[in-house]
Amino acid sequence: MGLIEAIILAVLAASTPLLLAATGELVTERAGVLNLGVEGMMIVGAACGFGGAWLSGSVIIGALCGIGAGVLMSLIFALMTLGLAVNQVATGLALTILGVGLSGLIGSRFVGEKISLAPHLYIPGLTDIPLVGRILFGEDAFVYLSLALVIGVWFFLYKTRTGLILRAAGDNHTSARALGYPVLRIRMFAVMFGGACAGLAGAYLPLAYTPFFIPGMTAGRGWIALALVVFASWLPGRLVIGAYLFGAVTILQLHAQGWGVGVPSQLMSALPYLATIIVLVLISRARTGGSTAPAALGTVFVPDR
Amino acid sequence: MPDSTPAVQHTGATPLLQTVGLTKRYGTLLANEAVDIDIWPQQIHALLGENGAGKSTLVKTVYGLIQPSEGEMRWQGEQMVLSGPSDARARGIGMVFQHFSLFDNLTVAENVALGLDGKESFKDMSARLEEVSRVYGLPLNPKREVWQLSVGERQRIEIVRALMQNPKFLILDEPTAVLTPQEADQLFIVLDRLKAEGCAILYISHKLAEVKRLCDTATILRDGKKVSTCNPKAETAASLARMMVGGEIGRVKAAANRQTNVPRLVVNDLTLAPDDLHGVRLQHVSFELRGGEILGIAGVAGNGQDELFAALSGERLAQDPDTVVIDGRAAGHLSITQRRKLGAAFVPEERLGHAAAPRMKLSENALLTGHAASGMVQHGFVNTAAMLKTVDRATEAFDVRKARRDPEAASLSGGNLQKFIVGREILRSPAVLVVSQPTWGVDAGAAAVIRQALLDLAASGAAVLVTSQDLDELTEITDRIAVMFHGHLSEPMATVDASREKLGLLMGGSTLEQKEAAHAAGA
Repeated sequence: MGLIEAIILAVLAASTPLLLAATGELVTERAGVLNLGVEGMMIVGAACGFGGAWLSGSVIIGALCGIGAGVLMSLIFALMTLGLAVNQVATGLALTILGVGLSGLIGSRFVGEKISLAPHLYIPGLTDIPLVGRILFGEDAFVYLSLALVIGVWFFLYKTRTGLILRAAGDNHTSARALGYPVLRIRMFAVMFGGACAGLAGAYLPLAYTPFFIPGMTAGRGWIALALVVFASWLPGRLVIGAYLFGAVTILQLHAQGWGVGVPSQLMSALPYLATIIVLVLISRARTGGSTAPAALGTVFVPDR
Repeated sequence: MPDSTPAVQHTGATPLLQTVGLTKRYGTLLANEAVDIDIWPQQIHALLGENGAGKSTLVKTVYGLIQPSEGEMRWQGEQMVLSGPSDARARGIGMVFQHFSLFDNLTVAENVALGLDGKESFKDMSARLEEVSRVYGLPLNPKREVWQLSVGERQRIEIVRALMQNPKFLILDEPTAVLTPQEADQLFIVLDRLKAEGCAILYISHKLAEVKRLCDTATILRDGKKVSTCNPKAETAASLARMMVGGEIGRVKAAANRQTNVPRLVVNDLTLAPDDLHGVRLQHVSFELRGGEILGIAGVAGNGQDELFAALSGERLAQDPDTVVIDGRAAGHLSITQRRKLGAAFVPEERLGHAAAPRMKLSENALLTGHAASGMVQHGFVNTAAMLKTVDRATEAFDVRKARRDPEAASLSGGNLQKFIVGREILRSPAVLVVSQPTWGVDAGAAAVIRQALLDLAASGAAVLVTSQDLDELTEITDRIAVMFHGHLSEPMATVDASREKLGLLMGGSTLEQKEAAHAAGA
């Protein structure tokens, strides 16, 4: 296997959790809810995903445990922000703090354990094609799933009536309510979808990336996913580009350290996070037209009766 | 008051819609109390009343948005219980909202689709949308996003959306409040046609002349109760207003002309780029406002009025200091506070959140604009007694009604808060007052107080600039009127010469187009 091929494989693997979590958050935000708790939902998903896989010996069960944990975490968020109309930013931050603590508690008995990683696809002939075979036909199932998810979300948002209603709820909840749409119920499902995706993204890390669980292993990926949604201007297609770009920065800085580039390793490790900040600044400076944030994003909605 | 029978023949024996003893309670507040209304087919039925009289509550109930506490509704003689708006739409009840229920970032077609029940494909719906908009003369481009459209076009979406449901009963909540006179006339043609086709229409408006011209029946609400049902054509605007208010409305009167020749507010060739995506560019705006004069700026909302206010108040700074001159001093580069020190005062359109901080007390709100140029701050410390005194003076001079001496701003009704805000600025005896939509959403009594205060202020020698979408208001109080369109300001004309037709054309941009046509021909 050549170096380029290895780098591309590593980039795809590093990008997949970002893409999964960001896709979920994109749907949540399109419905008008800002859930800053992605990092918290991811890390709990990672702990539960590893636990499920380790106890059952099945990667699929592990993934389902991660999804379930993400959904449960998001339901806490939904109860607070939709049911009790609490501020979304404060609740999201609290959810992340809760998630970090909770994952340490859940994961404490799994630290130091090891599982076998999710298998990679192998189609005789196709996967053996030089250069592109491994990249196109030799990934783990999550990579294909994440791409299918983005396409599915695009189709849902732009080609289905339910998707239109979801976008409407995110654009103007007062109007949506006046037309008779159940804004809070729509938002609850969107938040749960976001939670499921974040949980799966978290579970991806111990199930397919590194075969063990360590506390804090999401290492800020949830925050990068949040930034990616802004980077993508809430458009699913751009999300793919953004996720792979950030994955590439993460991997390239590792290789750059290996090649002995004369930059302190701490600075290189900080590169993905610096890139996030720089991209956000560039986007906000360059914004002149086209799609912007969902207008009702982050606002509390209390219907009158 | 007597319940006179409408002078119009009813088709059929039972009304299309009847409300019987309809009551809606919010806690101890009675928003509607035992309201009985009969709506007949082929009739335009006006619903009149001041703000807070319960008009919106009533139509929301009829549209299924809120559930009545007591009483019932009958649809074609049978009892009707609505679980929600889609239930109402299924029966043929359509509604055009005052604050449009549109989605800015969605296309026209998507907006229409959301108002329908989704039984036809998007493609069929789009085709029908074009058909309906063509048949009724309401042109729309289905592919455009709403934020790009004018207010009149936005309302067309609402109306077409309602028409596509083939309504038997259409409710319009203040449809002409945001339209130019010509756009309003086009709307009346559509409504007359609907009426001829057998549709019943419930029409909410504050414009009594319009109601007299258009409506067959009028029901007047006051404090949640029905006061009367009458034939508006047989009433005068004054008698209708009396029923709405429950007494005489003081007429505003201008003092003797005290106009001086001293220019107090001068704007020279002000051009300003928009600061957000949906903003308007101010283009070479110039005018001169003398002491003792009231200049009105008419125009459909969103034509640059907000940008002009920001440039005058100092919320946005001009490149060139000379573009804004306050009392002879170049002020284009000065901050809000520095402009206040020059004797300017500002009343923005949004009461809560712009003119006043909702969760702060009135005294604190008085401090927010008065800190630089009155005795409320001494050596960096606030003087609570002086703040309270300002509140008391404003309360007394402008009849501000409130529960306590110094309540939170948000607890006041719109009219009373507006009286306080205008009072707060006028009590500072400004040399220049810039006020935007002074009586927007304010009931007739409070509006009269505010208009009189503006006239009195001008009579004392101050220069007053009033931006309003209400042409009647501008005609009543201003000396000259200019029209804002797409960021251009027309040459001000004397109010006595400003006919509705002339203003309406300018509001629709006609002379600008002519100017451009002439320019193109010359080039």
